[in-house]
Amino acid sequence: MSNGSALSSGRQADHAWLANGTALSLDALATRPLHELLDAAIRAREQQKRLIALFPFCDGSGDRLLMVAADAASARLSATSFDLAGAPGWPSITPVWPEAHLFEREIHERWGLVPEGHPWLKAVRGHRELEATPVSPAHPFLRAEGEGIHEVAVGPIHAGIIEPGHFRFQCFGEEVLHLEIQLGYQQRGAEQILEQAAPARRLAVAESIAGDTAVGHALTYCMALEGLSGTRAPLRAHAIRGIALELERMANHVGDLGALCNDVGYLPGAAYFGRLRGDFLNLLTEISGNRYGRSLVVPGGVRFDVTPALQARILETIEADERDLRDTFKLAINTPSVLSRFEGTGSISRQTAVELGFVGPTARACGISRDVRTDHPSGVFQFTHVPVAVAEDGDVMARANVRWLEVTRSLRFVREQVSRLPEGAVRVPMSPLAPSSMTTSLVEGWRGQIAHVVLTDDSGRVARHKVIDPSFHNWLALALAVRGAQISDFPLCNKSFNLSYAGHDL
Amino acid sequence: MLQLLKTRFGQGRRTIDFPGEQTLPGRFRGLPVLRPELCRNGCSACAEACPTEAIQTSPLKLDLGRCLFCGLCQEACPEGAITFTDRYPLSFRTRDAMVLDGREVELATALDARMRSLFGRSLRLRHVAAGDCSGCAAELAALGNVVFDLGRFGIQFVASPRHADGLVISGPVTANMRLALQQAYEATPAPKIVIAVGACALSGGPFRGAAHSSDGVPPEIPVDLYIAGCPPHPLSLLDGMLRLLGRIDTNERRPAR
Repeated sequence: MSNGSALSSGRQADHAWLANGTALSLDALATRPLHELLDAAIRAREQQKRLIALFPFCDGSGDRLLMVAADAASARLSATSFDLAGAPGWPSITPVWPEAHLFEREIHERWGLVPEGHPWLKAVRGHRELEATPVSPAHPFLRAEGEGIHEVAVGPIHAGIIEPGHFRFQCFGEEVLHLEIQLGYQQRGAEQILEQAAPARRLAVAESIAGDTAVGHALTYCMALEGLSGTRAPLRAHAIRGIALELERMANHVGDLGALCNDVGYLPGAAYFGRLRGDFLNLLTEISGNRYGRSLVVPGGVRFDVTPALQARILETIEADERDLRDTFKLAINTPSVLSRFEGTGSISRQTAVELGFVGPTARACGISRDVRTDHPSGVFQFTHVPVAVAEDGDVMARANVRWLEVTRSLRFVREQVSRLPEGAVRVPMSPLAPSSMTTSLVEGWRGQIAHVVLTDDSGRVARHKVIDPSFHNWLALALAVRGAQISDFPLCNKSFNLSYAGHDL
Repeated sequence: MLQLLKTRFGQGRRTIDFPGEQTLPGRFRGLPVLRPELCRNGCSACAEACPTEAIQTSPLKLDLGRCLFCGLCQEACPEGAITFTDRYPLSFRTRDAMVLDGREVELATALDARMRSLFGRSLRLRHVAAGDCSGCAAELAALGNVVFDLGRFGIQFVASPRHADGLVISGPVTANMRLALQQAYEATPAPKIVIAVGACALSGGPFRGAAHSSDGVPPEIPVDLYIAGCPPHPLSLLDGMLRLLGRIDTNERRPAR
């Protein structure tokens, strides 16, 4: 699928193009001198590309920095590498392309390279008191000072049943002036296992990057391996994968709508949505034997077929659920006490969302039409279109509305797919991975774009497996959403995003 | 208000009767049953298929503490020596009891009389996620919904370890959470209980040996109840807690071979 595109005359192509989930030989990957990185970042931003991945790798000919960007207009991804040639760093690209901010922090922490002039070069996952390496020096929390200003520290262990992270608020009375989110407590070392462990183990780890996105990550993982090996999963498998992905989306959106109701004290919504979430998890169990759809998606297809009896049961369940869901949503949204808490709370502007490269419902609630299923379709989404759900206001209400719209559209998608499943096998054997190649696979998980970038060495083994969970892009959105808000609105704002700690920390 | 009543009526009663017979979806993979006598000499297909090295062969043994319940071993076995059943009781008092060898399974027994008199009708728990992918956390949270309704058994999750009678720990215990977990444990007033939930907390699960994993609850925190699964089904969690409190008789529902 690779075809170099020479943008300027008389020199090597700036970047190679590839489609979502296809392989590119590393020979076809352009290598530019490091000093061109800044220009490349400026151009990418001008062309409204989005940064998918930025990390160093070594392919035998030396250390290189890989930049993968997405071009929604052409539904393609561009890949460029920059020759590090022993350089200790580069002028930071964050000031000219803000969505690179966390990628550069990660590189600094993990590989010790220095993006000079980065505005906030703090460790992403490390901790002062636990830091074993001198790579990431202590970097204190940003503090506001003045009369009446106080600090609120929350976590890592939170009040509810939820993953750990540390939130540091600078407040003036009830008003939040600034929130800094320090994560890393969940860091397990998933990428290393994805590179080194036996294949069955790798898949289990992919499913555990974010446990509520087991289908999404397993699918992204399998697409990458299938791309590198040139394996084509059967049509029926694509349809079943799509059904599972949308069931996962509905389970999470419905669960979060319930949690949003709970956080504003609207208990009927919490109870009914909470129960309905379970119905979608039970459908995933019917298909895969696990409530989160684990063990379903495998390289080459899916492990379990959807039998005619199961088809009927899925259709029956979603028909009954659709009625209950509509009643419950209508009920919640017509309740003044719910509206008054949702509307205008935790707003993010469209411009901020564009600049910082937010993804998924977070971006769509700010009026940005951004959805991998439409922009970079793969699998079943190449044959059927799920309309992108967009809202304008960027607040809790907008995020609730986007999630609700997505539920209704996923319901329709599942009904269509289940009623006309393609005939045939659900799994084909995998071919070996192509040596010295790379691929980037993207899937629209329920939180947004999941990306896996995989590189192989000259013997066809995985040399680097980089995972970028949608939460990696979106945590800053939460910090900005509560700026200027009442601190008591924090739980509501948090739930409206419901980001993954483990997916961020890996 | 009328709409609310109408919707309430339409929703009906959703809370399950528990303890009582529950029907789980057909493909649900619960307790595996081993038949070592069916093993062919020298065959290790199941062990090779297992993602987490939970299986030993000759003689056949399966460690439920490492098991992800993926069913790959059952798929790999040419003789049908491993079969996953739909039985959800998967809680144990010791780690050793979780190593299945084909003999009768020793499910969790109740706490002693003193602990039962303290916690039997009122148990407050603090959950600590320590590298939990959010799977176990989500199932623990699901216990609070109208279907499982944990509160009716007098069990409640609380915000502070100081208000708790015990901890529920999930995740492989990451390096960055070890200190927080230790502090939460120490902050919980004695006498206290510890429940370790899911393959990660029991053995590291898929993250066993990972760079920042402690491979489960560290030895300085004694565990009273182990619940297997990836993640454990809410029924497994509920069943385990009620067994610990002596409210499900282990003999009553012990799975037969």
